[in-house]
Amino acid sequence: MAMATATPAPVQETRSDRIVMICNYTALGLFTLAVLYPLIYVLSASLSDPKNVVSGKVWLWPVGWSIESFKAVFDYDSIVSGFSNSVLYAVGGSVLATVLTLFAAYPLSRKGLPGKGLIMALFVFTMMFSGGLIPSYLVADQLGILNTRWAIILPAALAVWNMIITRTFFQSTIPEELVEAAKVDGCTDFGFFWRIVLPLSKPIIAVNLLFYAVAQWNSWFSALIYLTNEHLFPLQLVLRQILLQNQFDPSQVRDTAELIRMKELQEQLKYSLIVIATIPPLLVYPFVQKHFVKGAMVGSLKG
Amino acid sequence: MATETLVRRTPVRSGARPARNKVGLGTRMRRNWQLYAMLAIPLVWLAIFAYWPMYGAIIAFKDYNVIDGILGSRWVGFKHFERFVESYQFGRLIKNTLVLQVYELFATFWPPILLALGLNMARRKWYRRSVQLITYAPHFISTVVVVGIIVVLVDPNTGVLNQFLGIFGVGPIDVLNNPDYFRHLYVWSSSWQTMGFSAIIYLAALTSVSPELHEAAIVDGASRLRRVWHIDLPAIRPVAVILLILNIGTIMTAGFEKVLLLQNTLNLQTSEVLDTYVYKLGFASEVPQFSYAAAIGLFRSVIGLVLLVIANTLARKFAKSSLW
Repeated sequence: MAMATATPAPVQETRSDRIVMICNYTALGLFTLAVLYPLIYVLSASLSDPKNVVSGKVWLWPVGWSIESFKAVFDYDSIVSGFSNSVLYAVGGSVLATVLTLFAAYPLSRKGLPGKGLIMALFVFTMMFSGGLIPSYLVADQLGILNTRWAIILPAALAVWNMIITRTFFQSTIPEELVEAAKVDGCTDFGFFWRIVLPLSKPIIAVNLLFYAVAQWNSWFSALIYLTNEHLFPLQLVLRQILLQNQFDPSQVRDTAELIRMKELQEQLKYSLIVIATIPPLLVYPFVQKHFVKGAMVGSLKG
Repeated sequence: MATETLVRRTPVRSGARPARNKVGLGTRMRRNWQLYAMLAIPLVWLAIFAYWPMYGAIIAFKDYNVIDGILGSRWVGFKHFERFVESYQFGRLIKNTLVLQVYELFATFWPPILLALGLNMARRKWYRRSVQLITYAPHFISTVVVVGIIVVLVDPNTGVLNQFLGIFGVGPIDVLNNPDYFRHLYVWSSSWQTMGFSAIIYLAALTSVSPELHEAAIVDGASRLRRVWHIDLPAIRPVAVILLILNIGTIMTAGFEKVLLLQNTLNLQTSEVLDTYVYKLGFASEVPQFSYAAAIGLFRSVIGLVLLVIANTLARKFAKSSLW
């Protein structure tokens, strides 16, 4: 946790210092409220009676309790399929990407590996220059992965930035002496990686899994260009259709009574959708936060 | 050439390790074969998904068509680049891209610094912890949802913004469909989303400041603000410079997805940037113009690279910290 250690306070605060402190606490509070208000408002609107949302009676807390719109969300087919697709992409994508990242970062963290500098340069260059959107699309086309789940997972299977962070982690936690000692005892590189490196790297593995899972969960653009089959759409793309393009497809709802109710709920549906799409990443975050901030710092400060 | 460099470097590197002095390059590579085997998988990925598209970018110099493929299509030199530079879109796209990104750079640069300085000054632990926890949160919200939140908040009929303005008899203002508001909406929502998370790195720099510096300053009678100015700010300057360089380097690419989401036919005048134009030419028009779109994309990438190199050189010269 990146806690700021408080700077020492003088024994006796002067008047102007106390004023500065009060201003500081107030400013921090205002910053926080500015961040918090939109989130609270959306949550309250999603839990309020639809009539009160449309007529603007909701300001801060829910007015007239109702969870109808949440029930309605789960009756909408493409939201449900989008949700399960997104879970699949986030889980599958983050596991694959973490494996690739570890495989790239560990050898590149070892001292005296011939060609290390050149290979590292090959990776870093891609952060600064890319072929562009159209050539990337043509590659996916030539590989034959267009309109398959692979088109979402494979192109995102490594982020060079994460690789650099992971490499820095290895450099600072796995001493070269340990490698030498293991070699003397007849341990191979594979064996060392599997039995020593991996168990010592739980924090960085957690960081990678989280980074990649959140990135995958939040991504929509690759799905927009690589996929045309709606059954493969991730949640974010479905959200875009409903929230931003107002595409509300009645045929997606199974029974008619539901449909009539849904029309009333349509406006409020947006709020509850936002809440549902936001919850998974925010739920995961506190559990890995400790590792996460630590990992991000290792990379940023020493990288 | 690569091998030459390696061979030449070998004695220097192994100098620290006398035991390895006699071992040749070939032997060392053979000894490390398992490491190369691990590296092979990510390298294949890199070749396919990063370097193959770079090679594919040569279609910018060709008239690409599906039947002849990348190699078979006819070379046309700089035709597409010339067409773009001469088109009426050129000036507008460059201006929109630069104005939007420079504005964003400004709006996302100072709030994290202020937040970090404030957090560092605050002494109540629970207060610091809650401020941090809350301000980080938007970082994890997806672009689609952030834009969704904007849309519901500023909706002319039901949104809270116009309900609020209505109290004073103003509005309703259709913020989304007005080109005058697009940039502010885009930039300040980015600031809202990234402020807390970007502050982490400044906080880290501030925690590395030795408490003795502050103690000495207090003994000398320095006020709180003076200590912020003379101790805290210099401590975060190197980090701030590096981040600024990184952001200048990505100035041509960043934020494209959010621009596309916030864009509509009514605010195109300010919201059309290079990348959204490439996307439209390639995927949203009836006749995809792959070569022309790729040429604009390549143009953008090259300018981005040049900007990064310039920014880095400047930083090395004036701030004595740089990326490489």
